[in-house]
Amino acid sequence: MNAFQIVVLGSDFLFALLLAAMAVGIVFAFRREHLRRTWRKVFAGRTAMVALVLLLVYLLVSVLDSLHYRPALDAQPGVNEMRRQYATEVFSLLDLALTRLRDSTEKSYSAPFAAYLYEKQMITEPDGSLRRDYPRLTHGAAHLADPNAERAGDIGLRALQGVVTGGLVWLALFLPFALIAGRKRGETLKQSCRAILRGETVLAWDAFAWALLLVCILVAVLAFLSGGYHVFGTDAIGNDVLYRTLKSMRTALLFGTLSTLVVLPLGIGLGLAAGYFGGWIDDLIQYLYTVISSIPYVLLIAAAALMMQLVIEQHSEIFNTVASRSDARLVSLCLIIGAISWTSLCRLLRAETLKLREQDYVQAARCFGVPSLRIMTRHILPNAFHIVLINLVLDFSALVLAEAVLSYVGVGVDPATQSFGVMINGARGELAREPVIWWSLTAAFIFMLALVLSANLFADAVREAFDPRARTLPRRRLLRSAAR
Amino acid sequence: MNTLLAVRQLSMQIETEQGVVHALDDVSFDLHAGETFALLGESGCGKSMTAFSLMRLLPTGGRIASGRIELEGQDLCGLSEAQMRHIRGGALAMIFQEPGTSLNAVLTVGQQIGEVLALHRGLKGAAARGEAVALMRQVGIPDPERRLDEYPFQFSGGMKQRVMIAMALAGEPRLLIADEPTTALDVTIQAQVLDVMAELQRTRRMAMMLITHDLGIVARMAHRIGVMYAGQLIEEAPRERFFSAPAHPYSRKLFDALPEAQRRHGRLASIPGSVPPLTMRFEGCRFAERCEQAWLRCKAEVPAWHSPAPGQRVRCHLFDPAETRRATTSFADAEQHIETVQPAAQNGLLEVAGLKVHFPIRRGVFQRTVGHVKAVDGVDLRLDAGRTLALVGESGCGKTTAGKAILWLIEPTEGVVKLDGADLVALNGASLRAMRTRMQMVFQDPFGSLNPRLRVSEIIEEGMRSLGVGGSDAARRQEVAAIMAQVGLRSEMADRYPHEFSGGQRQRIAIARALAVKPQLIICDEPTSALDVSVQAQILNLLKSLQAELGLAYLFITHNIAVVEFLAHEVAVMYLGRIVERGPVEQVLQQPRHPYTQALLAAVPRANLAAEQGARAEPNHVKGDMPSPSKPPQGCHFHPRCPHAMDICRQTYPDSKIVDNARVVRCHWVSD
Amino acid sequence: MIAYLLRRLMWAIPTLIGVNLLVFTLFFIVNSPDDMARAQLGSKRVTQEAIERWKADRGYDKPLFWNSRAQGLARVSDTIFVQKSARMFLLDFGKSDVGRDINRELSQRMWPSLALALPVFVLGLFAAIVFALVLVFFRATWLDFTGVVLCVVLMSISALFYILAGQYLFARTWNLVPISGFLPGVDAWRFLVLPILIGLVSGLGANVRWYRALFLEEIEKDYVRTARAKGLSEAAVLFRHVLKNGMIPILTGAVVLIPSLFLGSLLSESFFGIPGLGSFTIDAILQQDFAVVRAMVFIGALLYILGLMLTDVSYTLVDPRVRLQ
Repeated sequence: MNAFQIVVLGSDFLFALLLAAMAVGIVFAFRREHLRRTWRKVFAGRTAMVALVLLLVYLLVSVLDSLHYRPALDAQPGVNEMRRQYATEVFSLLDLALTRLRDSTEKSYSAPFAAYLYEKQMITEPDGSLRRDYPRLTHGAAHLADPNAERAGDIGLRALQGVVTGGLVWLALFLPFALIAGRKRGETLKQSCRAILRGETVLAWDAFAWALLLVCILVAVLAFLSGGYHVFGTDAIGNDVLYRTLKSMRTALLFGTLSTLVVLPLGIGLGLAAGYFGGWIDDLIQYLYTVISSIPYVLLIAAAALMMQLVIEQHSEIFNTVASRSDARLVSLCLIIGAISWTSLCRLLRAETLKLREQDYVQAARCFGVPSLRIMTRHILPNAFHIVLINLVLDFSALVLAEAVLSYVGVGVDPATQSFGVMINGARGELAREPVIWWSLTAAFIFMLALVLSANLFADAVREAFDPRARTLPRRRLLRSAAR
Repeated sequence: MNTLLAVRQLSMQIETEQGVVHALDDVSFDLHAGETFALLGESGCGKSMTAFSLMRLLPTGGRIASGRIELEGQDLCGLSEAQMRHIRGGALAMIFQEPGTSLNAVLTVGQQIGEVLALHRGLKGAAARGEAVALMRQVGIPDPERRLDEYPFQFSGGMKQRVMIAMALAGEPRLLIADEPTTALDVTIQAQVLDVMAELQRTRRMAMMLITHDLGIVARMAHRIGVMYAGQLIEEAPRERFFSAPAHPYSRKLFDALPEAQRRHGRLASIPGSVPPLTMRFEGCRFAERCEQAWLRCKAEVPAWHSPAPGQRVRCHLFDPAETRRATTSFADAEQHIETVQPAAQNGLLEVAGLKVHFPIRRGVFQRTVGHVKAVDGVDLRLDAGRTLALVGESGCGKTTAGKAILWLIEPTEGVVKLDGADLVALNGASLRAMRTRMQMVFQDPFGSLNPRLRVSEIIEEGMRSLGVGGSDAARRQEVAAIMAQVGLRSEMADRYPHEFSGGQRQRIAIARALAVKPQLIICDEPTSALDVSVQAQILNLLKSLQAELGLAYLFITHNIAVVEFLAHEVAVMYLGRIVERGPVEQVLQQPRHPYTQALLAAVPRANLAAEQGARAEPNHVKGDMPSPSKPPQGCHFHPRCPHAMDICRQTYPDSKIVDNARVVRCHWVSD
Repeated sequence: MIAYLLRRLMWAIPTLIGVNLLVFTLFFIVNSPDDMARAQLGSKRVTQEAIERWKADRGYDKPLFWNSRAQGLARVSDTIFVQKSARMFLLDFGKSDVGRDINRELSQRMWPSLALALPVFVLGLFAAIVFALVLVFFRATWLDFTGVVLCVVLMSISALFYILAGQYLFARTWNLVPISGFLPGVDAWRFLVLPILIGLVSGLGANVRWYRALFLEEIEKDYVRTARAKGLSEAAVLFRHVLKNGMIPILTGAVVLIPSLFLGSLLSESFFGIPGLGSFTIDAILQQDFAVVRAMVFIGALLYILGLMLTDVSYTLVDPRVRLQ
């Protein structure tokens, strides 16, 4: 019937769940005055805003890459139209958008912007004779007659087109925003633009706008260039490296966030219970987390991940496609990491609960005979929540980095999954070749660094705003004095 | 007299996130050798900032904007940092409020004193050690040779402050700045430390700048007084003049706000409003907004210095010779009487008998219980409806634990607590909850007792919800509004969060929360000890009028004798977990019988020159520290510090004796 | 203090039993001893007889947790779990599933691991403290700001990149050191220089930032004000007063790691071909050698618990307030 069939993978579902929870959290934070105030402090920092823009880009790509479908196969004659066959391969909206990039495969390695393959091959000349040389790429720079002469000019032109388009897209995004923001404050569009771009707003919208401009231009330039070239080259089997990098974003983001779904309930529930009730409950929970945290992290993950792999193999009737198998492996890995890493949050919350339990307002609530569960949810958790939040944002970057290491150790994501870890792993051998194949590694490095760095900077801002003990260095002033 | 220190037009600013705080503005004063100058004021008035400016130890973002600080003719503001380091700890030394945190925990006391000796006097090795021992002896630390190698945590609070003093003296300063040196200490210890400081100042002919908020300490220690308000010095006077005729309206208010026995039947004067934020610029007098005598000129023109008497100067338009007409107008405070409730029938609302709270001490491989901290060790109390019983004692005596045990916040080890004849021990879950509507608590720290994440209305409603008081939601909301009005909060405050309120307002919220469930008894745990005098007066007034209106009974836990005199009908004095003396407030406070009560009362500094001069003539302050409740002394717990200790005191704990008809004393020395 | 340590040691026993229980459960929940034998023996057409022999050789021929055929206490004790765990408590790890003597491997491979991990730990700690103090000394200036940004960048880069870049630059391009490999004895240094350097750099960012935060927190405290009021110079305040107090939390974080240094570093060892316990562990994971994984988990947990105890002891050395009881 339909031209496609919607597919919801396990990770898609959990990711949606997480995003929904985040949305609820944002609405909640908007309603509570103290949370709004603290978040405003976060977004008043320029670094945090720039980091936010980058994180949002990653998030957007990941969301697009999480909406999966199977296209319908061309109807075969004689088969009932109602029983249409769908492809076994699963695609996402991102794949759809990048169809050209995905399909433009070469035979093997090629360098960024190359017109020729990395290795010499036997080429059949038009006259039938064989020649050993670097063959032209089927897609990269294929539109040029004489690559050596025309390439620089073509790249420049495309880049220029990209800059202009990016700028226009940015204007299309920025002007309505400035108009709405200005109307709220009763300013004209011009005044509003000036206020935003000069950094006169309370929140650092100037940083947001400039970072957005940069991102718009970069994306547009990449889009225009990749129309004719492999911007980051191709890998061993000729796949476009840019495509692989973009697909890796979702894996990194999921890896950094999905474990939260296990960490939060376990860490919060057990941490509060241990701290509040004390006695044998505390002993039991402490025992539990001492056991788990005393096992070396990688070994425990390895043991659990190997087990999950076996389970997936033994139930091949459920995980019947490559996509569902590698997805199951990704999800189980995230859940395993969650089941292991709740201990640190639990420990922190337990300590904080021990402190808060003695606070006079908790004593006052006990004076009124308020039940324990209500004291925990109403008095203790809201006052310890900054710990949860800081823990989450700090964990994120650590997890993104851990993905690469686990892939190396052999207990990471499925080799069929696109991920930074898999790319780095593949790059090990490439560095030994002559001339060196540096582009896969470089692409993975840049995109991973951008993600982890912005996550770290954002985490810093969150910690500074939420942790009452954190020192508030007057950051914005420092930046401004530097500009002088 | 030769001027040691001359401060001229000193202004200091601190850059903060909220803007530039003008912490000090145009402060000028002189200090002479051998004199004690007290800088008096409430929190945030800039008295500590003055001290930090003198030392040039400014907080982050702080800078001296203008002015001169001349020490022995040398302007400190013009010195380089290296030169200033030579002055700090040398000619100019300072001691701080919290001896516990102001000493470095991981260096021995000897090392910390030795640092100053090496830096400013070039003493090293045996010479330094000898000098350090001598210094420790001077400040009254027993066995200094041994204690020199101990760490600060091995010293009690009073001893730590003595170490701080010894450290400050090590550089042989000409001026010692003491920033609230005894605020963190108990009264008996405070008296000891003040004695040491006065003695040292006399023998060393050293000038001292004493920063304090306590008029009693000023009366005991100071030669001259400077009063600060909102970053400015507003009055300066010699002690006799200041205590007989304070000039500035603010200074007078400070005196009138003091709770005292003679004000028992009235309201205390309080200052309306609060200190203006120092981020703003002032057009006129800073006190004008809160001053009852202010007129147009006060708001328009910054007052100049005027001198109503020799040595006294005041920054107030009232004393402008051109305004003499106004100065003579009466200051008489409209004395409002509060009807004290007549004690209802002696019905014994709260009866406590043999209350014990013991915490086990565990040791060894198997964590066996090897002993107990006897925080509360057999307390008997009785409180009638509509009356106030003050439970008085120094920190660590178990008074707060006793209060919490009565409320069942801490499970008592033993004993009977009866409320209206019903034994709380026998009650189970549901009836214990019902009992909670009749007994509530107000806590000490107004900042810690309100959940910062809840709105005021939610805070007040919580108890009503939980205990099912107040009926439907709408009815409850009305009730909350009524209660807020009763404690002096405006109804639009209901939707705000605690951080938007000042300390005094927060304490009102806490009182409203307790009142919401309509209790008959409120246990007040030092509800005013974190507040400034003028705010304390507001809260005490409120508590008193609520008692008159609602017939509440208070169990008032405090260490502040003045508050007891003002508020209580009966008083129980607690020492190391036990009540040593208990009886009507007039009897106990006028003629204390137990040696500890006597010592405690003698140690309290009075804002009254006559009383203080009497005390100064014979400083018979009790010696030593309070022992640890985990190892109380054999026999009477007080005997190691008691001037009247006899053999029997060292062997058995005295039984209760009833003396003067109405009071109970536990002392061998007291005769029936 | 002895009583305290004895108590902690006593607590270690249930913890270690729990660790074993967890690992056994994880491993055998899907993997029967038969599966293991088949996996190890390789071919698919292996006879049941060979499987039984393999199991008997390695002690896998008993029930896992509950022996219903035995009598009395033996119902619990005559099982794979108890038999295997009990020997581990005596530090006898037996043979690996591929037949190597684990104890011998441990005693041999421990030293290369230590030769790499110990310098990284000591030099890393020292460098991080020094850099953190420098940043704190120049706090709120440009040096501090740049330093913090640099730290964040350093900690945002995966350790794999450091290794790959280090190998590429130092070993391949500049030929300063061998790419990988190991020689016992004094010659080992040539192989160790690069991994040590990389270990240092990859850990530096996070540690400097953390220590800086600790020192900054410390510098706000009252006793620092007292020290300044004495007339001490800023350097004296930092090195005499702040450093000693700041060392307390630093030690808690660091000392717990000391025993685990024996376990070596997973990544560096396998990248640089150093025959230590880290590469041993990775090989075991890749080969699904349960006996080795089990042994390494047990040792790891044991060393972690030792680390916790060592932390407590070190507390009493640096903080006079702490008395263990």
